[in-house]
Amino acid sequence: MNANAEREVRATGLGHHASRTSSTQPLGLMRCGDVGRVLAVNGGVDDSDLERNLLEMGFVEGARIEVLHRGFLGGDPLAVRINRRMTIALRRCEANAVLIGPLHDSVVNTHPSMSLEYASS
Amino acid sequence: MTASALTFDEVRQARVALVGPPNSGKTTLFNTLTGGRQKTANYPGVTVERKSGRLRTPVGRSIELLDLPGSYSLRARSPDEAITRDVVLGRQEWEALPDAMVCVTDATNLGQHLRLFLELRQLGRPLILVLNMMDLAQKRGYQISIEALSRSLGIPVVTTVAMHKNGVQDLLDQIDTLLNQASVTGDGTVTTDAWVEPTPEAIRGYHQEAERLLREAVIEEGVPEQLTRKLDQVLLHPVAGPLILLGILFLMFQAVFSWAEAPMDWIDGGIASLQQWLAAHMQDGLLKSLLVDGIIAGVGGVVIFLPQILILFLFILLLEDFGYMARAAFLMDRLMSAVGLNGRAFIPLLSSFACAIPGIMAARTIAHPLDRLVTILIAPLMTCSARLPVYVLLISAFIPATTVWGGIGLQGLVMFGLYATGIIGALVVAGVLRLTVLRGGRQPLLMELPSYKWPNPANVLLGLLERARIFMRRIGTVILSVLVILWFLSTFPAPPQGATEPDIYYSFAGMIGRGLEPLLAPVGFNWQIAIALVPGLAAREVAVAALGTVYSLSGSEDAVTESLAATLAHDWTLATALALLAWYVFAPQCLATLAAVRRETNSWRWPAFMFIYLMILAYIAAFITYRVALALGGG
Ligand SMILES: Nc1nc2c(ncn2[C@@H]2O[C@H](COP(=O)(O)OP(=O)(O)OP(=O)(O)O)[C@@H](O)[C@H]2O)c(=O)[nH]1
Ligand SMILES: [Mg+2]
Repeated sequence: MNANAEREVRATGLGHHASRTSSTQPLGLMRCGDVGRVLAVNGGVDDSDLERNLLEMGFVEGARIEVLHRGFLGGDPLAVRINRRMTIALRRCEANAVLIGPLHDSVVNTHPSMSLEYASS
Repeated sequence: MTASALTFDEVRQARVALVGPPNSGKTTLFNTLTGGRQKTANYPGVTVERKSGRLRTPVGRSIELLDLPGSYSLRARSPDEAITRDVVLGRQEWEALPDAMVCVTDATNLGQHLRLFLELRQLGRPLILVLNMMDLAQKRGYQISIEALSRSLGIPVVTTVAMHKNGVQDLLDQIDTLLNQASVTGDGTVTTDAWVEPTPEAIRGYHQEAERLLREAVIEEGVPEQLTRKLDQVLLHPVAGPLILLGILFLMFQAVFSWAEAPMDWIDGGIASLQQWLAAHMQDGLLKSLLVDGIIAGVGGVVIFLPQILILFLFILLLEDFGYMARAAFLMDRLMSAVGLNGRAFIPLLSSFACAIPGIMAARTIAHPLDRLVTILIAPLMTCSARLPVYVLLISAFIPATTVWGGIGLQGLVMFGLYATGIIGALVVAGVLRLTVLRGGRQPLLMELPSYKWPNPANVLLGLLERARIFMRRIGTVILSVLVILWFLSTFPAPPQGATEPDIYYSFAGMIGRGLEPLLAPVGFNWQIAIALVPGLAAREVAVAALGTVYSLSGSEDAVTESLAATLAHDWTLATALALLAWYVFAPQCLATLAAVRRETNSWRWPAFMFIYLMILAYIAAFITYRVALALGGG
């Protein structure tokens, strides 16, 4: 799956024109080059610490997410770009606490950088 | 501590703390403002201690400035973040709250960094917001209205370029203005309870507030940096990435051998002629023996490794400043998780190539206590630079300087093998510890990958000079005094009448060496090596120095002019040399390391555990190596 994603990214020219996710899925399932927007962050019942850690690293509802890289074996860990500003490395297990939806019907369009997104597409 | 007591009772020197998210440039700012030389590098979690320094503002006010570990929030997930929290909230009983805080943020990542600022503002303490890295922000086309930001925050905002003296003038002025307001100085508040741990909802609130502030203040959003993205496409590539990491490490150890050759020859020549000159011009006697055999043979044997140590540090400093460390951690995460560790732990482990002590301290950035403890316990298996002299000495004595597979130096290859053995050993030990004594708990990996930056030449040069200074100071203090003691033990008592062995054989040191010999004979060590191993516990390099002294004292006249490597080459068998190398891959770290482990774990239990497990490993490794080498004809 990972190799496929890689090929896809390279086919679309160094991953710049990333593919958009159209469905709703956990971050851990997204492939290299996928772009989406955070719908919800939920550490589960027993883990409000994880939720807060993720929030503090910038995984907050409405943020634009792009999966840049995945590791060799099992696609772990992931490198994820948030709001085009910072890149965070995290493991799939934690990434699954972040639910990603399609980019365009964003809940809140919060930032100028996001309007750039439309301009370029 | 005395300084802060004085502050409060008499002088009332103002105390200002630098607070901010990791990697925002706090330490760089601290160094520029105070003339300090604290370590800076391009990865999150460089500073793990509270450091203080003095500075004088333009109006002549004297200020104590505190540099703190970077932190994403005041919740303090890891021990280093707890230090920041305790200072900021005045939870240390020996120190009151800072008079003012300077929140240092990265102007190119304000959306994220403003969140911590908002949390700090909640405390209601005097506060300045610094937008650092303005040079990068400008280059990328960001336009931020400082006035708008300052107005909506109701707090002074300044921009800085932390490395440049004139990039920080505004900040000094603002600190003055802030401290001039009477309410600030002298309120002497000891602690604050204005902070409550934020709920997830509160954090979301901070995010929204930060975005709102940005919408008002950001006139022009810069273009996201593209170079980092492109480089990462290669450096983090699932296949190419790990290969490049391996290649970099490999190149590093090749360079340690091939680049250092010329400067080592110069130093060697200088020492040899000094020794000859002294031998020719001094009267025979105890003083001559102390100087020629005790000090010059020993110290010279260590000084010669300065070029190699500097080359190793050059690589590490460049990788750190460039921003590669966090990438290495990313690439290693999978492997590390297989042994129950966190990729993050690879950064302290890489730092341990320089010296295990900063590596052990850097483990403070690891949140989970068990993860952290395992990292501390395996840090000594990373070959520290003090072991470099031992490796280099033995490799150059016993491994021919030929090339294999078109141009790869065999010596560098063996060196790489030794380092690799250490790393693999560390992973295996971690795995075993995780399955036995330190079972349980797993910490999530959440690590920022910073943008690549060109290493700052001045920074790298200063770092190298600092290393050279530390190395020379060690030689002048620890190593020199151990050598003098060793010379004394090796010279007295004088040999009996009609002695057949060299004098040292009958000395105190000789007795110790011979006493240990039965224990060490199974691994192929003779009594001279046994003598060198004991002081080697004080500092690794001393083992080499001690061998220099021992062989200088036990050798004939021409042994003095011969290099130590050559002496060893015809005195030892290949099997012995390989066994000693294997021993040093695992042998317990110097005493300073054990002391550091005791400080960080707050008990003698773990340093004792570490000492014993490393000793056992070293013995087993040396034994196997010796026996296998003998069986293969290395006798
Ligand atoms: N271009 C540029 N680089 C900077 C500036 N300030 C700091 N840096 C670089 O940013 C990196 C991080 O700087 P540090 O001072 O170590 O950051 P820190 O905030 O102390 O980091 P931690 O100790 O990990 O919290 C280093 O590579 C610095 O050289 C700046 O104003 N401009
Ligand atoms: Mg720092």
